[in-house]
Amino acid sequence: MLLSVENLTVRIGKVEPLSGLSFTLDRGEILGLVGESGSGKSLTAMAVTGLLPLIGGRIATGSVVFDGTDLAVLPEARLRPYRGKRIALVTQNPMTALDPVQRVGDQVDIMARLHLGMDATAARARTVELLTRLRIPESRTVCDAYPHQLSGGMKQRIVIAMALAAEPDLIVADEPTTALDVTVQAQIIHILGELVRERGLALMLITHDMGVVAQVCDRVAVLYAGRLAETREAGPLFAQPRHPYTRALIDCIPREGMAPGSLTGIPGLVPSVAQYPVGCRFHPRCLQADAACQHVPEARQQADGGSVSCHHPMETDHG
Amino acid sequence: MAEPLIRAEALEKRFQTGGGLLKKPRAMLAVRGVSLSVARCEVVGVVGESGCGKSTLARLIPRLIEPTSGRIHFDGQDLTALSNADMRRLRRRMAMVFQDPYSSLDPRFTVAEVLAEPFRVQGEAPPAGRVAALLDQVGLSAKMADSFPHQLSGGQRQRVGIARALAQAPDFIVLDEPTASLDVSIQAQIIALLSALRQRLGLTYLFISHDLGLVRYFCDRVVVMYLGAVVEVLPRADAAPRHPYTRALMDSTLAPDPRQRKVLRALEGEIPSAFDLPKGCAFAVRCPRASDACRAARPVLEGGEHPVACFHPF
Repeated sequence: MLLSVENLTVRIGKVEPLSGLSFTLDRGEILGLVGESGSGKSLTAMAVTGLLPLIGGRIATGSVVFDGTDLAVLPEARLRPYRGKRIALVTQNPMTALDPVQRVGDQVDIMARLHLGMDATAARARTVELLTRLRIPESRTVCDAYPHQLSGGMKQRIVIAMALAAEPDLIVADEPTTALDVTVQAQIIHILGELVRERGLALMLITHDMGVVAQVCDRVAVLYAGRLAETREAGPLFAQPRHPYTRALIDCIPREGMAPGSLTGIPGLVPSVAQYPVGCRFHPRCLQADAACQHVPEARQQADGGSVSCHHPMETDHG
Repeated sequence: MAEPLIRAEALEKRFQTGGGLLKKPRAMLAVRGVSLSVARCEVVGVVGESGCGKSTLARLIPRLIEPTSGRIHFDGQDLTALSNADMRRLRRRMAMVFQDPYSSLDPRFTVAEVLAEPFRVQGEAPPAGRVAALLDQVGLSAKMADSFPHQLSGGQRQRVGIARALAQAPDFIVLDEPTASLDVSIQAQIIALLSALRQRLGLTYLFISHDLGLVRYFCDRVVVMYLGAVVEVLPRADAAPRHPYTRALMDSTLAPDPRQRKVLRALEGEIPSAFDLPKGCAFAVRCPRASDACRAARPVLEGGEHPVACFHPF
């Protein structure tokens, strides 16, 4: 297993925005990490990439084992060979991920020069090859452009090229298409999927959009208010979700032929971290909640390898 | 046939940018000859990607910005011929909900002040109990009247934005991407609220969005725009698209079902610049069906019930 996160708990000051999260991700696999804003998706990304100190957070308990090494206990200096080199991050907003006063080609080149020790000529040749692979037309000319001269979709492809340049094993993509137009989103999602199959990369795709998850992910982990609600292979998860929250999230996406009035959303709001409800954190918004939900549900292992944390999981045909 | 509530004819909006001591200003047509109508109690969707002119159109229809040419009729009256005072009086009957509830509410106003403002603009005070009634209509507690926008979540702010639009009991509301900056769970809540309000109050909506899936769920008819012009009007939300661009938009809508994974035939190429429109069809450079005819001349919107602007429609 390339990445194995076990019982991860994150603290920021006195609050615990992420509690007891476990999941695994292997090469050639796409894991979708899904949930509403405030569910802890981006914190998970920061924990895996060792960026929590930037926001004053730390891993309180648990392990983040990447290729045999527990990154959670590694000192900052020893994280550097991982970050950017073996684990790359693609962020939501390509406007802020790129340096506005540097040509985009140079920004991609530097990754290969820094992490792979390439000289300028070799690095540029690789950059051009990568941009071409990402279907950027006239990639050699584009290298000389500044970020503001490019469209949003083009910029996000440059950011992906930067992530790929150091030949990482794992890419963590945090809402990589949320800021883009739908036709461009479809393009980028498609390219990411191809790269994973082609290069044996592992991809952790963070999104709030179940449509994106269904399109490309092999497995899915559904987060709610800092806890794992359900995790399973994408096929069965969508066909027969077991956690009421998973069901509710899927039902938020309008589908072809949906009856008017059937799109109702999830009542209420994700609680803020200072006000997590006792017991199951979803119970104030859950239609199936009863007295049992005042207690924290255990993660129940499922026969199909998934797990669900709910006192009243929805039934499936083969239970 | 009854006169539609909204009838726009050949609307055009030209913007100029740049220009200086030695530089010539450059002009672009953000909206190119758009005609559309919205019947009473109808929901018409306008869909397209960034830069297609849908938000400019959203502001032209209630005359928040002036068209360069063309006419807008509201309930039989020509808005473009009205004086500012008459226009203000008529504006009671039309309202707008904006995309970003963070920047469309004044951070120094309480919710009650936000909801009183449409009355103040008309030189009135809100009737007693009106603010509480408005909050109730959008599913917010009356206690929120004294809150400031920063104390509310994104979904709650957008409900305040909707309550403000309802303040003067309008007939017609322009919804400019009202859910684009919200979580999907909250988006669905807001759409459900808008449907309920429409039923209860007999409202007419023009719904602007980039999300064809959402538009097809929510709207009766759908206007598809590309680079400032209408390329297709779907007479029913479930009508099969005829324009290759609408088809591409549909292919880009991802269903929450792994069994419906699409082999994405990604659109190649970039959207041309609005400052430098191609001579022929604006979509031709990205279109899989484009021929020499498409590059030589611009197709016009035609075809009765289900008009499409394409030389090679499906």
